[in-house]
Amino acid sequence: MLQVISLLVENKPGALMRITGVLSARGYNIESLTVARTLDPGLSRMTIVVDVDPNLRQQVVKQMNKLVNVLQASDLTDSPAVCREMVLLRVRATLESRTAILKEAEIFGARVVDSSPEGFALEATGHSEKLEEFIDVMRSYGDIDVTRSGSVAVSLEPRKLRLQPPVPTKAEAAKVG
Amino acid sequence: MPNMMSGARMLLECLVREGVDCFFGYPGGVTLPLYDAVYEHPIRHVLVRHEQNACFAAEGYARATGRVGVCCATSGPGATNLVTGLVNALMDSVPVVAITGQVASKLIGSDAFQEADTFGITRSCTKHNFLVKNLPDLPQVIHEAFYIASTGRPGPVLVDIPKDVFQGQAHYAPVSAIHLPGYKVFTEGHTGQIRRAAQMIAEAQRPFVYAGGGIIAANASAELRELVELIDAPAVCTLMGLGALPGNHPNFISMPGMHGSYAANMGMTHCDLLIALGVRFDDRVTGRLAAFAPHAKVIHVDIDPAEIGKNRNPDLPIVGDARRVLAKLNRMLREMDSAARNTQSEARQHWWRQVRAWQSQHPLAPVSSDSEIKPQHVMAEIDRISGGQAIVTSDVGQHQMWAAQLIRFHEPRLWLSSGGLGSMGFGLPSAIGAQFARPDKLVFAVVGDGGFQMSIPELATVGSNGLPVKIIVVNNGYLGMVRQWQELFYNNRLSAVTLDCFPDAAKLAAAYGFTGRTIERPEELAPALKEAVDEPGPYLLNIRVSPFENVYPMVPAGAAVNEMVLAPPQPVPVPK
Ligand SMILES: Cc1ncc(C[n+]2csc(CCOP(=O)(O)OP(=O)(O)O)c2C)c(N)n1
Ligand SMILES: [Mg+2]
Repeated sequence: MLQVISLLVENKPGALMRITGVLSARGYNIESLTVARTLDPGLSRMTIVVDVDPNLRQQVVKQMNKLVNVLQASDLTDSPAVCREMVLLRVRATLESRTAILKEAEIFGARVVDSSPEGFALEATGHSEKLEEFIDVMRSYGDIDVTRSGSVAVSLEPRKLRLQPPVPTKAEAAKVG
Repeated sequence: MPNMMSGARMLLECLVREGVDCFFGYPGGVTLPLYDAVYEHPIRHVLVRHEQNACFAAEGYARATGRVGVCCATSGPGATNLVTGLVNALMDSVPVVAITGQVASKLIGSDAFQEADTFGITRSCTKHNFLVKNLPDLPQVIHEAFYIASTGRPGPVLVDIPKDVFQGQAHYAPVSAIHLPGYKVFTEGHTGQIRRAAQMIAEAQRPFVYAGGGIIAANASAELRELVELIDAPAVCTLMGLGALPGNHPNFISMPGMHGSYAANMGMTHCDLLIALGVRFDDRVTGRLAAFAPHAKVIHVDIDPAEIGKNRNPDLPIVGDARRVLAKLNRMLREMDSAARNTQSEARQHWWRQVRAWQSQHPLAPVSSDSEIKPQHVMAEIDRISGGQAIVTSDVGQHQMWAAQLIRFHEPRLWLSSGGLGSMGFGLPSAIGAQFARPDKLVFAVVGDGGFQMSIPELATVGSNGLPVKIIVVNNGYLGMVRQWQELFYNNRLSAVTLDCFPDAAKLAAAYGFTGRTIERPEELAPALKEAVDEPGPYLLNIRVSPFENVYPMVPAGAAVNEMVLAPPQPVPVPK
C-alpha cells in the first residue's frame, strides 16, 4: 500500500531536495509529490505519495521531521484524512461521440474546460482510483492526453504544531547568564 | 555610527562570538578575502596539508573538548575534499562547522572555474547546510550553523559563502537570537517513562547497561557512573563510548560487538533488561539483529527520536538528553531504598557470578612473545604508560580494535576513533586537532601502516607547529584487517593487501624535522615508548609487529554475537 505523507515546510532553497533525499537515499520511488504555498507565504504544504516498505514508514517520517526546514511531517496513510487529485485530460472527439463523452464526464463529475471541433479538455477531481477509471473510460473514445496533479491531502484530525521558540545566541546567553 | 566591515571580517567576528580560538583550513582563490582578514585577526588558523584533514582535525578538536570544531576550504576541489570528513562527523555525531568558499554569486551555475555544487553535494553529508547569497544574512547563518551543530544530536553543518559575500561591505550588528522554528530538540525525557524505567530496573534480575557515544556527547559520564553504581549492573561501552565509564571501573565489562569481549557479548545475550543509553544498535554491535539480546526487555534512551525503533524496538523508549534523563532516573532510584532497588537479591548475585565467570573464562588478555612484538603487547604498553589519562586517536583496522580492547580510558573524550564511517586516515589529523585543543595532554596517534600513509602529508603540520604528538605506527606490513578477512573467509588468497616499501621512519621524521625510530624487538618496546613520551616534541615510532596476528574475539558477519570465534583455529597436530 502507498504511504501518504503530509509536510509543512519552510519555503527555502534546498528544502525540497532534503525531503526527497530522505526517500531517494533509501531507494524509494516517489509516486507523486505536490507542493504549494500556505496562507503563510514563508511556508509550503507538501503531499508525498510513496511506496515505502511498511516497517520503514515510521523511520522515513521521523527522518523528515528531523530536517531543519520541516516544521511537521505526518503520516496520513492510516489516519483520518481526505486525499484528492486532479486530472486534466484532452480527448479527441468525433462528431458521433461528443454527446457520449459529455455524458460520461458528467457521471464522473468532470467539467469541460475547453471545447473545440477536435475534442474536449476535461477537468476532474477525486480519489486517485476514481480518476483512473475516468481516464480508462475516456481512453475508450480515442486518443487522450493526460496530466495528473498528484494527490493533495488534508488531515481531519487537529495536529499540534510544536515550534521551537527563538533562543539566544551563545554570546548573548553568556551575557545574560 | 554604522559598524561597516567586510563579510570575511564579519565571519571572523561571529566565530569569536561562538568562542572559537582556532580553526583548520586550506586557502584558495575564492577564500582569498577570508584569508586576508585572517592575516590580521587574533583567531588562530592552522594550515593543514589536505582539506580532508582539516575536517578530521576539527573533529579531533571537537571530540576532545565537546566544543564545535571548525574547518575551512576553498570552492570546488577544496570543498569536495571535505566530503569524507563531513560524513565521518555525521556518522559519529561530532559538532563541526565547515566554511567553504564558493564562486561569486553571479557566476554560480555557469561552470565557473573551481565551481562545484557544494550545497548539493554536501546535503546528505551534513546535519544541515547553507548557501549564503546575501551578505546581511551571514551573521545569522553562522550562529544558526553553530547552534545546529552543537545541540540535539550533534553533527556537521556546512556554510557555503560566495566570494562576493566575503568581499562585500556591510553594517555588522551582532546577532542576539536564533529562530529555527522547525528545528526540534528533545532534551527533557518524559518523567512518566523515566519512572517506568526505574521500575523495570528494580524488577530486573539480569540488568545490563549498554552505553555509547551519546553519553559522551551529552557529557553524562558522571550520571552514567552513578546509575551503574546505584543499580550495580555490569556495563559495556561501545567503540564510540569508551571512557564514558572509567576503564578500571569494577562494573565495566569492556566493549561489545564484532571484536568485543566474550563477557560483553554473553552479557548482552543473556540479560533480561538491556539499558541502552545513547546508542544506535549498530550492526557492528548487534551482530545478527534477530538474535541480539533475545531475552531482554529494552530501555532505549536517545536524543534522536529517529533512533528509537530504527533497529530494535524498545519496550520503553525515552527521548531526551542522556544527562538530564539519567539525572532524573538516578534521583528516582536514590529515593527507593536499596531493598526496593533489588541490588542484593539472589538473582542479581547469581548474575554477577555468571558475568565474572565469563570474564575469567575468556579475558581480553594482551598477548606477547619473546621473539617478535605482538600488536596487543603494544597496546598493553600504551595502556601502562598513559595510565588511562592520555588522549589516544586511532586509525581504522586491526590496530584500532586492539587499541579499543586493551587501552583503558578513565575519562571521556580521551579515545577518538572513526566509528561509524571507519575512515582510514583519521588517526593523525584528529590527533593534531586534539593536541591543539588540549596542549596539556599527552596525545598518541595509534595508526596502521596503511592509514598512516593516507595522512603522511600531515607530518608537515605536526612538524611546523612543533606539536608533541606521539605517532605510533603499528606496522604489520599489511592492510591487516582486510588481510584477516581474506585469510578467514577467502581461503587466504591475499589480494592487494601487501604494504611493502614503507619509508624509513627515522629518515622520514628527520625529513620533517623531528625524531623517529623503528623497533622490532619486544624488549625495545617499553624503552622506546618512554623515549617517545619523554621527547618534548613530536615523535614517530614505527613498530614492526607480527604480520599475521588476527583480532579476536570475532563475530563473523551475519552471526549472532554469542557465536563469536574466540581464538585462531589451532593447527591440527601432525601424527608421528
Ligand atoms: C578510506 C578507507 N579505505 C579503505 C578502508 C577499508 N579498510 C578497512 S581496514 C583496512 C586496512 C587498514 O590497514 P592498516 O592501516 O595497515 O591497519 P591494520 O588493519 O593493518 O592495523 C582497510 C583497507 C577503510 N576503512 N577506509
Ligand atoms: Mg597494517
